[in-house]
Amino acid sequence: MRVLAAMSGGVDSAVAAARAVEAGHELTGVHLALAEAPDSLKGKGCCTPEDARDARRVADVLDIPFYVWDLAEQFRVDVIDNFVAEYAAGRTPNPCLRCNESIKFAAVLDRAIGLGFDAVCTGHYARLVDGPSGRELHRAVDPDKDQSYVLGVLDADQVAHALFPLGGSVKTEVRAEAAARGLTVAAKPDSHDICFIPDGDTAGFLQARLGERPGSFVDTSGAVLGAHSGAYGFTVGQRRGLRIGTPAPDGRPRYVLDVSVVDNRVTVGPAEALEVAGLTADRPRWCGPAPAGTFECRVQVRAHGEAVPAAVTAIPEGLQVAFSEPVRGVAPGQAAVLYDGTRVLGSATIAATV
Amino acid sequence: MTYLDHAATTPMVPEALAAMTAELGRVGNPSSLHGSGRAARRVVEESRETIAAALGCRPGEVVFTGGGTDADNVALKGLYWARHREDPARRRILISAVEHHAVLDPAAWLAQQQGAVLEVLPVDSLGRLRPETLRAAIEADPASVALISVMWANNEVGTVQPIAELAAVAREFEIPLHSDAVQAIGALPVDFAASGVSAMSLTGHKLGGPLGIGALVLARGTVPVPLLHGGGQERDVHSGTLDTPSIAGFAAAVEAAVRNLDAHAATLHALRSELVAGVLAAVPDARYNGDPDDRLPGIAHFSFAGCEGDSLLMLLDARGIECSTGSACSAGVARPSHVLIAMGHDEASARSSLRFSLGHSSTESDVAQLLEALPPVVERARRAGEIAAARHNRS
Repeated sequence: MRVLAAMSGGVDSAVAAARAVEAGHELTGVHLALAEAPDSLKGKGCCTPEDARDARRVADVLDIPFYVWDLAEQFRVDVIDNFVAEYAAGRTPNPCLRCNESIKFAAVLDRAIGLGFDAVCTGHYARLVDGPSGRELHRAVDPDKDQSYVLGVLDADQVAHALFPLGGSVKTEVRAEAAARGLTVAAKPDSHDICFIPDGDTAGFLQARLGERPGSFVDTSGAVLGAHSGAYGFTVGQRRGLRIGTPAPDGRPRYVLDVSVVDNRVTVGPAEALEVAGLTADRPRWCGPAPAGTFECRVQVRAHGEAVPAAVTAIPEGLQVAFSEPVRGVAPGQAAVLYDGTRVLGSATIAATV
Repeated sequence: MTYLDHAATTPMVPEALAAMTAELGRVGNPSSLHGSGRAARRVVEESRETIAAALGCRPGEVVFTGGGTDADNVALKGLYWARHREDPARRRILISAVEHHAVLDPAAWLAQQQGAVLEVLPVDSLGRLRPETLRAAIEADPASVALISVMWANNEVGTVQPIAELAAVAREFEIPLHSDAVQAIGALPVDFAASGVSAMSLTGHKLGGPLGIGALVLARGTVPVPLLHGGGQERDVHSGTLDTPSIAGFAAAVEAAVRNLDAHAATLHALRSELVAGVLAAVPDARYNGDPDDRLPGIAHFSFAGCEGDSLLMLLDARGIECSTGSACSAGVARPSHVLIAMGHDEASARSSLRFSLGHSSTESDVAQLLEALPPVVERARRAGEIAAARHNRS
């Protein structure tokens, strides 16, 4: 196949590209320049000029053509602006998922197909399995690195044009392989934070864009407990960094139960009040044929959570999910990704809890 | 492989290769006082004389530098500092909107860091700075102009500036005018003295000489403050041990380029006419950019509506045809060209452009290879653009 490898300059995409070359594919490497002012990232995060150089050196070693594609404007609109708008609306977005959905497996994949490539290869940890009704997306074998959750937004056509050579490996193997292959990025640290917030200060990032919007913390009875500088900065299930001032009467930790940007109120309460029986979700995306009616599967509601048993009903607007047991920390804006065993069935964006 | 990127760099000519390699095996620092030093010094000075004779300047006006960017930086920063020191009221720097980054960036740096006032003068749709535009900018407050910098010919679209007329305007107000002539030497007749410019940059590797060597020609009385302090080897304007082999190769290349100018320019002109006619026949809606007549003979620059220049470059590269989208920054990210934007293109049009540049090793077969590969490449790039646009509209 003619394969376009997205090369971030990190070790995963480097080894993924190396494996694709070894598998006999005809590879072309591209580094996606996603930061509009890369210098401002001061060498941290992703897609800095240093990352572009690292990616280029890997392409040199693999002896494949290499280019930089400037997708900064599209990334700003589709990922960063969306991220800010979602928080402003009181939801908690997952920007990596949005990037996969609208940049890597949309803008990049479309352009690749248009230019005559057959697939896009990335360093994501997920497995592709040929099943009876087409290509299936499965969890990676490394449970710590599994990225199937952030790929849950891909539809069947996108999955059919993806290549994830790392899904069957654990990270330590990948690093060792990078070193053995003489790739200069073998010892490069993993990226953790949101790439466009390299200092990890999401609250500061949001405040710089949304301003201070002072409001109140309230308890479930509506009693005011304290003040905050903007409801948009809080996430359902959040415990740290609330700074309410007055401790709870029973001394137990309090969690964010609800974020209402309309009246700028953040409702807090005890952990058990986080428990929800189900959720509704919109913007469904299916990795294969869209299911109808009600069916049993497992649902994962955040990137590093467990998938829990649930009954899912497809409704015209999206999905209704009824958990078998109550689940904590379900935040609107996050994706509900549906699994059958290791297989990703599809996903939808959490709209509300019930 | 079809190399159509001679404006980026062009192969060394045999004369330059011979002159350079002859020196590479010898020892001698041109600044040393013994026999080996004197021998090296002689090579350097003869090279300087050769270059001066070829460019219509005096040997003492040639200052060797590490290339075009080096020369431009000395001219911009050094002359700004010198002129500003003479009279603190001189803060304005006037440059054209189509300058190379080697001029644009030092000028912007002076504005950001040194209190200079940068005025970027607009060009017409062909990329030319009109003398009346320069005159009006000076006349707004002549005493405050520190220097003017206008390139001899543009590296992206090839448009030649009316440099003698611009220099005449500058002289009227006794303001130094620097010209980046990196693309012009060897492609156009360049006579430093007759042109009336005060300073002129050139570089070896664009005219068949080695990389890493260039010169700033400085008229008498034009004395920049140095950027590099050290041995003061080059009239105290530039320091660093002189690179005898590169200087010898550079001089041989300049001499050959100027000696062969007429025949070379005629050959390039004929090849380019073929290329342009062929491209416009194969892709009828391609837009041929720059001054159709008064331009560098080797450069053909087009916009291909609906295509990304990046995509075109990649598809041509895969077919062994090497060209350029214009100037790239260090990360390799192609930004829409400021040159095309200044000429009135919108961002999409600026991003849809490719430059094909011919040089002394170009042949008719190169042009034929390009013309064969181009139509399917443009069609494919256009389809890729349409698919991307369709998804963008859906979402």
